Amino acid sequence: MSALLAIDGVSKRFRGLLAVDRVSLAVPEGAIVAVIGPNGAGKTTLFNMIAGVHAPDTGTIRFAGRRIDGLPPDQICRQGIGRTFQIVRPFPALTVEDNVMVGALLHRRQAPQARLRAHEVLRWLDLYDKRAQRAATLTLPDRKRLEVARALATDPRLLLLDEVMAGLRPTETDRMVAVLKQLNQASGLTIVLIEHVMRAVMALAARILVLHHGAAIAEGAPEEVVRHPAVIHSYLGAEDVA
Amino acid sequence: MIARLLEGMPRAAAVLLALLFALMAAAPLFAGDYLLTVLILILYFAYVGQAWNIMMGFAGQLSLGHALYVGLGAYTAAALFVHFGIGPWIGLAAAVPLCALVGAFVGFLAFRFRVAGVYFAILTIAVAEFARVGFDHLDWTRGSAGLFLPVAQYARNDLWHLRGHPVMFYYILLSATAIAGLGCRALLRSRVGYFWLAIREDEEAARALGIDTFRYKMVAVVISAAMTAFAGVIYAFYYNNLFPEQVFHISRSIEIILGPIVGGIGTLFGPILGAFVLTGLAEMLTGALAALGIDIPGAKQVFYGICLLAVIVALPEGIWPWLSRRLGLGSDKP
Repeated sequence: MSALLAIDGVSKRFRGLLAVDRVSLAVPEGAIVAVIGPNGAGKTTLFNMIAGVHAPDTGTIRFAGRRIDGLPPDQICRQGIGRTFQIVRPFPALTVEDNVMVGALLHRRQAPQARLRAHEVLRWLDLYDKRAQRAATLTLPDRKRLEVARALATDPRLLLLDEVMAGLRPTETDRMVAVLKQLNQASGLTIVLIEHVMRAVMALAARILVLHHGAAIAEGAPEEVVRHPAVIHSYLGAEDVA
Repeated sequence: MIARLLEGMPRAAAVLLALLFALMAAAPLFAGDYLLTVLILILYFAYVGQAWNIMMGFAGQLSLGHALYVGLGAYTAAALFVHFGIGPWIGLAAAVPLCALVGAFVGFLAFRFRVAGVYFAILTIAVAEFARVGFDHLDWTRGSAGLFLPVAQYARNDLWHLRGHPVMFYYILLSATAIAGLGCRALLRSRVGYFWLAIREDEEAARALGIDTFRYKMVAVVISAAMTAFAGVIYAFYYNNLFPEQVFHISRSIEIILGPIVGGIGTLFGPILGAFVLTGLAEMLTGALAALGIDIPGAKQVFYGICLLAVIVALPEGIWPWLSRRLGLGSDKP
């Protein structure tokens, strides 16, 4: 198994609710994989297990060959997994630049080096001109970009993106897609994204995993998945397929 | 060295700071005894306010028990002096690690067992109260009867034994406040400073960025406690008497945090400005009342309350962020 991220039969139960039910997923290095499904399908719970917020009840998660399930979030990030939050969590009183500096300092001891990295990332995400603003003053699309910038600044090998396109206008979505594609191609960054915006999913993902009621109901190339009867039935609805 | 520490500071801010420091350094030349004691008090609160600000302002951990570290530092150095004739600077070398250790203990209890927010603040009060009651019954430090340092008229200032004129204490505290200010600035601009701010703003997001939040919160508590120990040593040798009911009392802890709140929590200059404003105005009030022959017990406390209310209503971020914008210094991180 040479996958960078190997999820094997993970489940998570909250009280009576089985949020994730024996889901497996292998993400090769350099791949872009999307996780889709209706609200409450368990996508974010799956993410939270990868990122260390929850430990899975059963199953294992390996990153670069090492078991990471059950590790705390900071250790998982230090191993090379960056994440964004679906409900954005900027550091509101800090400037945009300082927000990204925090991430950049993870693998850099000195502030000046981290600043260079922060500026680089801010340029990618079109936030460079807003770097002196407090994060609290940003619009939602900019906050989404800041989430991505901050996670990228930690130099991840794997980036987990939780609905970063939500709330973006179509042109902004295209821009974000282009940035992510560029990062993926230039540096081999592996990306797993939860996304409702099918325009972005179809443009980015080489593979799609569909969750429904916590279980994986389909997995494959985008064209196959959107034609899968169970997927159409449970999630996409007939008009979206065309 | 100094140039490096001031690097990146707006020119106007550096000039103002240099002027203030020069003025403070020259103050004993023209200040009378009374003004000098007021200035000593101001510097004392500016110093401990900065120490407290590291924990609350930078790392977001509210301590309502900082009198604990003042008292422990004071008692350690004073007891060593009284019992063994050990000088305050060696006493300081014992007080600092002791306070760091106690801070680490409080931090470990809280952060390991996820005692956060209000509950953390209550824990800090509890430990300080525990120390107060404990020292009340500790015979080695004379319990509630109080520990007294031998006082005599000194022909000259003895810096090594901290015996002498208030001017000596004034310059010690002025140096300490300046060094603390530069130190806080260096910390805030370093890796650990950014991590503290991240923890303060959103601990879960900080962890998601790979920050070992337990470790960096511990660092904040330990540095803050160790810094406060120094203030305690100076306190003991300046006042020459220590009573558990006084040094460990919660009102001492509250006094410590008023300055930073009024000046601006989390800012570098806020705690210093707050000390000037609060202590300065309170002493002016006391002086004015005395001149008018009016004796109102608790007038100072009422005044503190009014100041606090005014700041919270009008300038919830504190005076310094507002003032620095008015002065055109831009950043609230001089």
